[in-house]
Amino acid sequence: MPHSVTACYAWRSVKVAIFPQPAMQALSLHALTKTYKNGVQALKGISLEVQPGEFIALLGPNGAGKTTAIGIVTSLVNKTGGQVTVFGHDIDTDIEAAKSCIGLVPQEINFNQFEQVGDIVVNQGGFYGLPRRLARERAEKYLRQLSLWDKRHDMSRMLSGGMKRRLMIARALVHEPQLLILDEPTAGVDIEVRRSMWDFLKKINREGITIILTTHYLEEAENLCQRVAIIDHGEIIVQGRTRDLLEKLHSEVFILNLREPLRELRPLDGYAITQVDDTTLEVEVNKSQNVNTLFDMLSKNNIQVLSMRNKVNRLEELFVRLVKGKG
Amino acid sequence: MRPGRLRENYIGFQTIVIKEVGRVLRIWIQTLVPPAITMTLYFIIFGSLIGSRVGQLGGFSYMAYIAPGLIMMSVITSSYTNVVSSFFGAKFGRHIEELLVSPLPNYMIVLGYVAGGVVRGLLVGILVTVIALFFTRLHMVHPFVTLSVVILTAVVFSLGGLINAVFAKKFDDVTIIPTFVLTPLTYLGGVFYSINMLPVVWQHIARANPILYMVNAFRYGILGVSDIGIGTAYVIILFFIIGLFSFSLYLLHNGVGLRS
Ligand SMILES: Nc1ncnc2c1ncn2[C@@H]1O[C@H](COP(=O)(O)OP(=O)(O)OP(=O)(O)O)[C@@H](O)[C@H]1O
Ligand SMILES: [Mg+2]
Repeated sequence: MPHSVTACYAWRSVKVAIFPQPAMQALSLHALTKTYKNGVQALKGISLEVQPGEFIALLGPNGAGKTTAIGIVTSLVNKTGGQVTVFGHDIDTDIEAAKSCIGLVPQEINFNQFEQVGDIVVNQGGFYGLPRRLARERAEKYLRQLSLWDKRHDMSRMLSGGMKRRLMIARALVHEPQLLILDEPTAGVDIEVRRSMWDFLKKINREGITIILTTHYLEEAENLCQRVAIIDHGEIIVQGRTRDLLEKLHSEVFILNLREPLRELRPLDGYAITQVDDTTLEVEVNKSQNVNTLFDMLSKNNIQVLSMRNKVNRLEELFVRLVKGKG
Repeated sequence: MRPGRLRENYIGFQTIVIKEVGRVLRIWIQTLVPPAITMTLYFIIFGSLIGSRVGQLGGFSYMAYIAPGLIMMSVITSSYTNVVSSFFGAKFGRHIEELLVSPLPNYMIVLGYVAGGVVRGLLVGILVTVIALFFTRLHMVHPFVTLSVVILTAVVFSLGGLINAVFAKKFDDVTIIPTFVLTPLTYLGGVFYSINMLPVVWQHIARANPILYMVNAFRYGILGVSDIGIGTAYVIILFFIIGLFSFSLYLLHNGVGLRS
């Protein structure tokens, strides 16, 4: 049965009926390499596939190669080797079609600081071929959604850091791309704005936009993304569903706050337990064990637990282990 | 190519032009006033004070003889400066990335910036012409030659400015070519004198200067006199346009100075 594929064009989506073919990836990187002129090997052959509609995080420490990879996909960086296709358009042969599918929110501010907020978005629409009236409508739509409409006549340099990030999101959406790539969009953004940015991204992802996001905040990846790829020293060291990756953790460390100071800690069968201070314990719970037995034992020993939390974010733990493990 | 792509490209081109012309008009104190002041001084000093003692040149008063040259000189400088500073500014401020990520083809980016440079060149040219009319009478013997030569010359130097901006790494690099190449060549390009006044050897050397042909062709358009053949002038101008345009496309295609 023929199914329909939405081809990305700059200002309207055209439904084209085609015959069954291998599912088209939103983004596919194959053996991508990059060596900068100064000899730095920023990417050592990464491969990644992103399905349409996915929300995927690219995690990695500073200098891992995230921005380089994004730069290649968005044609800000020349690749050294490998292949990139965006919704089936190879960037070597069909760069313009590939570009019209993508909206980019770069890591660093790159709009004209002396241009007005509204003009920045409208003009970007123009570069993508949107007739001016449509560009204005879209600019209004996205500036409103990102609470920047009141600022439309302000010089962009007058915006706060968080507003500048949101302006770049509005600018990236003006041509309604199918693939939105955000390079650390929440860096330097306060918690409240970060949460509303997350809600916004979740909303547009539900509406069908594929999203790729890089971040250092693992909480962000755990919260937003069905899938993560961890990249380090120019290589993807692990990728998969966020949930599956978390299951790879064999144990978790919990911190217990006690009601009363504990004078002497007797060993509990099978649990690695350490006393941090009078009223704080750290317990490691393996996958084979469970928390109920732990609490039974604690009660038997007359230890009353007031509250409990994870020692670290679990994804962070995984991340640290993987990155360290590589050494 | 997909139908509709042409129209989208045209919209992209238009957007660059709107931005560029808006920039020229917004900072008119930097873009339009300085050439007007400089040229007024040239007309007073060279035209009136010195010119009155020089007498006639090519059958015209010295003032009338240098007017086309001075108009051309300001067009050349303005179109070059406009593109070099705007494009380098976009590179420096990184907002050139707004264009680089968009599907707008490189030739449209080049054409957009060149159109901005031509508009600034023509605005300044008109301004200087108006100033010249306070000092002398100009007739424009061949309107078509006048207009085509001034526009094509503005195209040449806009392209030059763009290429300069592509290679520029810091703000100083933007002024090097205008100071050390453009200004000397313009002064030696027959703005103030007819090359027939030069010793024969120097006449030959002067003929190696492309600006000589542009200034003389423009003077021919306005006054009807020229040191060189008009056909040669067109050939040289078109040669430069084709050469510089291809070179800018090559640079943008390879991302020289723009993509790492
Ligand atoms: N233009 C460049 N020229 C030379 N080397 C570069 C350039 N850009 C990046 N690099 C190097 O390439 C490597 C990867 O950098 P990249 O910016 O891709 O990392 P990243 O994962 O985005 O880091 P961060 O989280 O800090 O943004 C680093 O070693 C960096 O120094
Ligand atoms: Mg980065």
